Amino acid sequence: MSVQIWTYLFIFLSFGLYIVIALWSKAGSTHDFYVAGGDVKPVVNGMATAADWMSAASFISMAGLISFLGRDGTYYLMGWTGGYVLLALLLAPYLRKFGKFTVPAFIGDRYYSQSARLAAVFCAIVVSFVYVCGQMQGAGIVFSRFLEVDITTGVIIGMAIVFFYAVLGGMKGITYTQVAQYCVLIFAYMVPAIFISLMMTGNPIPQLGFGSELTPEYGGGYLLDRLDGLSETLGFGTYTTGQKSTQDVFFITAALMFGTAGLPHVIIRFFTVPSVRAARISAGYALVFIAVLYTTAPAIAAFSKTNLMNTVNNAEYSAMPGWFTTWERTGLITFNDKNNDGRIQYVGDAATNELTVNRDIMVLANPEIAQLPNWVVALVAAGALAAALSTAAGLLLVISTSISHDLMKRSLAPHITEKQELNYARAAIFLAVLVAGYFGIYPPGFVAEVVAFAFGLAAASFFPAIVLGIFYSRMNRQGAVAGMLSGFTFTAAYIIYFKFISPELSTAEHWWFGISPEGIGTMGTLVNLVVALAVCRFTPAPPQEVQEIVHNIRLPGEHV
Amino acid sequence: MSNTHALSYWKANLRIVGTLLCIWFFISFGCGILLADYLDNFRIGGFKLGFWMAQQGSIYGFVVLIFVYIRQMDKLDRQYKLDQEQHAKAEAERAQEPRS
Repeated sequence: MSVQIWTYLFIFLSFGLYIVIALWSKAGSTHDFYVAGGDVKPVVNGMATAADWMSAASFISMAGLISFLGRDGTYYLMGWTGGYVLLALLLAPYLRKFGKFTVPAFIGDRYYSQSARLAAVFCAIVVSFVYVCGQMQGAGIVFSRFLEVDITTGVIIGMAIVFFYAVLGGMKGITYTQVAQYCVLIFAYMVPAIFISLMMTGNPIPQLGFGSELTPEYGGGYLLDRLDGLSETLGFGTYTTGQKSTQDVFFITAALMFGTAGLPHVIIRFFTVPSVRAARISAGYALVFIAVLYTTAPAIAAFSKTNLMNTVNNAEYSAMPGWFTTWERTGLITFNDKNNDGRIQYVGDAATNELTVNRDIMVLANPEIAQLPNWVVALVAAGALAAALSTAAGLLLVISTSISHDLMKRSLAPHITEKQELNYARAAIFLAVLVAGYFGIYPPGFVAEVVAFAFGLAAASFFPAIVLGIFYSRMNRQGAVAGMLSGFTFTAAYIIYFKFISPELSTAEHWWFGISPEGIGTMGTLVNLVVALAVCRFTPAPPQEVQEIVHNIRLPGEHV
Repeated sequence: MSNTHALSYWKANLRIVGTLLCIWFFISFGCGILLADYLDNFRIGGFKLGFWMAQQGSIYGFVVLIFVYIRQMDKLDRQYKLDQEQHAKAEAERAQEPRS
């Protein structure tokens, strides 16, 4: 069977599965719709959190990014996993005890302020929206490359599926489809990795394989030593040593960690479990499920980089295998024979380099490069779609609950019935899907930039406000609001300046303390903390009943 | 539960979280970034140690940290009789009740 038939088969089967699950888990109440009834098992929630968290970017782009960054790629790996330690130790159990539906609800109640609630609604919607556009775009790209339908059709199919189960089932439908999506995506990610690891090193475990010796066909010797040697010879710098400045790597890692812990679509997953203890356990499971992919990604990065350099460097253009021309057609690989010798020079020096490779190739084309069977190649498409759709659904739910619960029920229209609230929630998802779909079809050029934005802003606004709200009972409304505003403004200004106003100045010598815009969220977090603590000292303590709330969320179990 | 009892529970909780976060900082920012170049002088198999900590070891460490936290908190909850089995039961009953 051809790759395309396999792809249709896998996509058809997986989408059918999601629809069946959606029909089976219809939401009857707002409690079902917002927190899946609040009785999700920790393992199930852990798996759903993992799928919620791992987006099209984790699945498609991350291994490729690492293969170009070498050791510095660690800021994605540690940043996007280390944040779960913060989430498990500092946020999840306490927010579960607090027991509301949304992050703005916590901010609004804890800081006894309608404007803090609305500010949080605004941040949650902006952050989630930026993120969801990227997912829709990812889904469109996968459809167009693997099924050769145009991007518009691809995005519309994706929208229809997400719309169906998110509107019908809310958090309940999303939770159980995310479990199925996790299984699909992790299977699709691991199978090619295991095949390649076996082929290149004889070790079936990719995590060990990339520290093993190459098989004789590949020339023997440790894989990483070979990779270092090849990279140095071609002028790319040593793979296993850092190329960026230490402080920049440090700050980017921290910004991604704080951002991870502050992202609303991840936090709300912990409202769905029955107890504080279950929230702790499910954070543990979530990280286990995430770590499976995140420890495999650097292995794929090393395998595919070695493979690519071995295959293309100084090879004859006319003798390139089939995948090379296929991906050349999509524009993800471009070859420009500068010295007209008919051979490919793939080197670090921009003046003589003749090959540009899009980083997404490392996962998407990896099975073809390694000449794996057709069904393995097709699997990648189903996995990438599972990753994109599961994250999109979680984000759409944040947008919908922020509007129906925090904006309508808690602010503008407190007298609506539960049924009306549910209708608002469904209408909000419907609108959000349409707008996200529009941006998926006509992607604004700034999507890639704004994802860095989403993390930086979540880090600089939500993370400190929530942590202070739990760990510092004296923290008051004035402090928290001032902190969030200054952290948000500082981070947004720095990113906008270097990404949009003067991108030509975005080099290490112009950055403050050598911190790139990706890492500035860490500074934003500190600004937020300092401002919040300073303002809090000079303003009155929060009312007694709010301090009671804080003391209550610190204790697990039932005693008021 | 009395206030002093609650306060000492909270202090014990902070001690656990504080200790684990120090280890968290050490394995990620310490071994994976600040000390990585030094650790690269050592090897395990084909990996340089600093590189391995940055791309593998730290992640395994994070997983272990969360499970240690779960265990420690379970112990603490039992010690302070804050077991949540009862809590979960009460919550389940509440979920059964018709909501208005």
